[in-house]
Amino acid sequence: MNVAKSKTEKSKVVTFLTHNPLFNFGKENLGILIGLLLLSLILTIFSPVFLSKHNILNVLRQVATNLYIACAMTMVIILGGIDLSVGSTIAMSGVVTGGLIAFDGQSIVVAVLAGLFVGLVVGAFNGFLISRTTIPPFIVTLSTMNIMRGASYVYTGGQPIRVMSDSFNFIGAGYVRGIPVPIIYLVIIVIISVLIMSKSKLGRHIYAVGGNPVAARFSGIKNNRVLFFAYLFSGLMAAVAGIVLASRMFSGQPTAGQGAEMDAIAAVVLGGTSMSGGVGKIGGTVIGALIIGILSNGLNLLGISSFWQYIVKGIVILIAVYVDFLKKRKEGTN
Amino acid sequence: MSENILLKMNHIRKEFPGVLALKDVSFELKAGEVHALLGENGAGKSTLIKILGGIYSSDAGEIVINGQVATIDKVQDAQTHGISVIHQELVLVPHMTVAENIYLGREPTKRGSRFVDFKKMNRDAKEILDPFNLDFKPTDLVSNLTIAQQQMVEIIKALSFNARILVMDEPTSSLSEKDVDFLFDNIRKLKKANVGIIYISHRMSELMQIADRITVIRDGEYIGTRSSNETNNDELIAMMVGRQLTNYYTRTFGNPQEKVLEVKNLNAGSFLKDISFHLNSGEILGFAGLVGAGRSELMKCIFGIDPITSGEIYVENEMVTIKNPLEATKLGIALVPESRKSEALFPEQSVQYNITIKSLDEFIKGIRVNHSKEGAITREYVEKMDVRTPSFNQLVGKLSGGNQQKVVVGRWLATKPKILIFDEPTRGVDVGAKAEIYSIMNDLVKEGVAIIMISSELPEVINMSDRVVVMSNGRITGCLPREDLTQEKIMHYATQFVFT
Repeated sequence: MNVAKSKTEKSKVVTFLTHNPLFNFGKENLGILIGLLLLSLILTIFSPVFLSKHNILNVLRQVATNLYIACAMTMVIILGGIDLSVGSTIAMSGVVTGGLIAFDGQSIVVAVLAGLFVGLVVGAFNGFLISRTTIPPFIVTLSTMNIMRGASYVYTGGQPIRVMSDSFNFIGAGYVRGIPVPIIYLVIIVIISVLIMSKSKLGRHIYAVGGNPVAARFSGIKNNRVLFFAYLFSGLMAAVAGIVLASRMFSGQPTAGQGAEMDAIAAVVLGGTSMSGGVGKIGGTVIGALIIGILSNGLNLLGISSFWQYIVKGIVILIAVYVDFLKKRKEGTN
Repeated sequence: MSENILLKMNHIRKEFPGVLALKDVSFELKAGEVHALLGENGAGKSTLIKILGGIYSSDAGEIVINGQVATIDKVQDAQTHGISVIHQELVLVPHMTVAENIYLGREPTKRGSRFVDFKKMNRDAKEILDPFNLDFKPTDLVSNLTIAQQQMVEIIKALSFNARILVMDEPTSSLSEKDVDFLFDNIRKLKKANVGIIYISHRMSELMQIADRITVIRDGEYIGTRSSNETNNDELIAMMVGRQLTNYYTRTFGNPQEKVLEVKNLNAGSFLKDISFHLNSGEILGFAGLVGAGRSELMKCIFGIDPITSGEIYVENEMVTIKNPLEATKLGIALVPESRKSEALFPEQSVQYNITIKSLDEFIKGIRVNHSKEGAITREYVEKMDVRTPSFNQLVGKLSGGNQQKVVVGRWLATKPKILIFDEPTRGVDVGAKAEIYSIMNDLVKEGVAIIMISSELPEVINMSDRVVVMSNGRITGCLPREDLTQEKIMHYATQFVFT
């Protein structure tokens, strides 16, 4: 009898564990979690300041803008697409926000709303073309990427727009109870994204359309609405990142966000999302972005030149994806 | 020795972690023979073939080729021993010519250079093509060929490697009847050339037509070998499932009640013309016809996937316009599509996800997910359909074809449809699962559901349907009551517009 009892208790523990989101999160991302811990451990040993509160907040602040974009990029990539236009959208929303304050004397609220609107327009444009035509997402967003970069240069004449306003600066560089504001946005955005992907119908529809668009259509899912939403969200997140960056730098810069799309894609891929669509998690992307952020922070702390940092970043991405490939191949043969 | 034995696989055993896939299976192939390998999905056919093809290596047993023990550890070994596998999915390069495909990776070059000698390549290709009297040339693009012709290119490519042993895995699964005849003619030519063929198929009638001997395996065990003119369907099925399937087709015919669906003078695209029929609750309406007759296209129109140009659709005597599958679902219509893989499954997702994707409204409100309800719905349809899965979290892509089909049917049953359209419900499904699907269809009509069943398997249509609508070339050419159902009558109507 005792045996039977302990058995049911054991199975209770097992069901508790398997229904526990944290447990699943750990299990699914075991590989990169170990990587993240190892990386942090090494940096703790070699750099005394790595674990200081100041440095941790610094890392998170740098990770934040990448993660806004990467959360939306995760949805886009699960849908089998890609959004290359986010980097230029960062610039465009930043200069529009800055320009409205500096040139037109608009209030900060109006300027920020206009900046967000820029992101929505770009996202809607991408989403409309991708959901209603058969032009590949790569081509559509490659075009908007160039258009938006060009538009930012045209709007500013190639010069940064300086905004000397402390209240504008608060948006991207302020603190609430000792926590940098961008990190607060980050927490909100990650929570919203996780809820969409794991709790809502929309999330399941995203996995369906990404996994098998024809089957999704047969199942009564409106594929074009799902696609439209993802690119719209991506545009909006790029705008948030653009405004935060402009605020932190006291200026809207037409060169802002160059290569931001690649960092976001790198975070998504490191997080285990498949480039062929259908599979992936926001949680993985968060860890992926942390690895990239901590890596460049650590290399800075160790005094390694930024030239070398690119090389290291590239190698780390390759190793991570290769390990994932080995894991999948092993599962496949079983 | 008059009987030239090409291949012997003796006492093959193969174990995967947790599963014994093959225990002591033996198989033998003579030159000039078609030897069919028969068994339910998961019986071990593909494992055996993969061992022969060098993809897996066996744990015990030996392979003897032309009287000599052969070691086949990798795919190249199989090739050097003259073994070639023609897969279900063809692996040709569509934008290259027939000759280029045959000599892919070993193109003849001009003397003393690295440039391809296209003239010699086309000449060589013509030489091996000629004996088959085919209606395409070495210079034709593969993308312009029919599936059956492409299959011949694969076979000829295999022969150009001096293949003596050909494995054909479900070669007729995507062929029309005419193309099947074409393939069989060519298989007979191969037999004359003393090639040995291992033939895998679920279609019994074909095996009787083309195979000389049939070996049955079940659950990784060798069950027996029969000569095809000394056996019959019943015996083979009994060998496959391990019991006598007395009621293979379960059907209790009742009295169909009121009209639930009526289509009047429907036209769509340039193909579907003047379609009118009706469907009663509590009946199975069979849709017969040749491949390409327009049956699937018609159902896609009714289900709101493709638009109609003119005509009227009535659901329970009310005229409706159905613009998309969501509206169709709301009217109580469900469609289990023809191609499980491309039109129904989300292979990277769990059984639970796949079953509930159409019923999300029942347990998700905003961001609140009622997990126990979700589990309950999954359990209900896993049990109702008797899906064999280790857990609800199992990825659907890893289940067998029959179980995948049951998951897809379960997904649609969860929407509680009144009108259920099955497009080829048993394609690529093993015999046991087939019988189960028939019995579920029977239960559904007893509950008053109306079923439309598109099927290219005539015995299935004849044994399961209350009435049969026959289509040919985008038109309805006949509607037969159950008393009049014979293969000849159905074929008569099905070929009405084909030869005019």
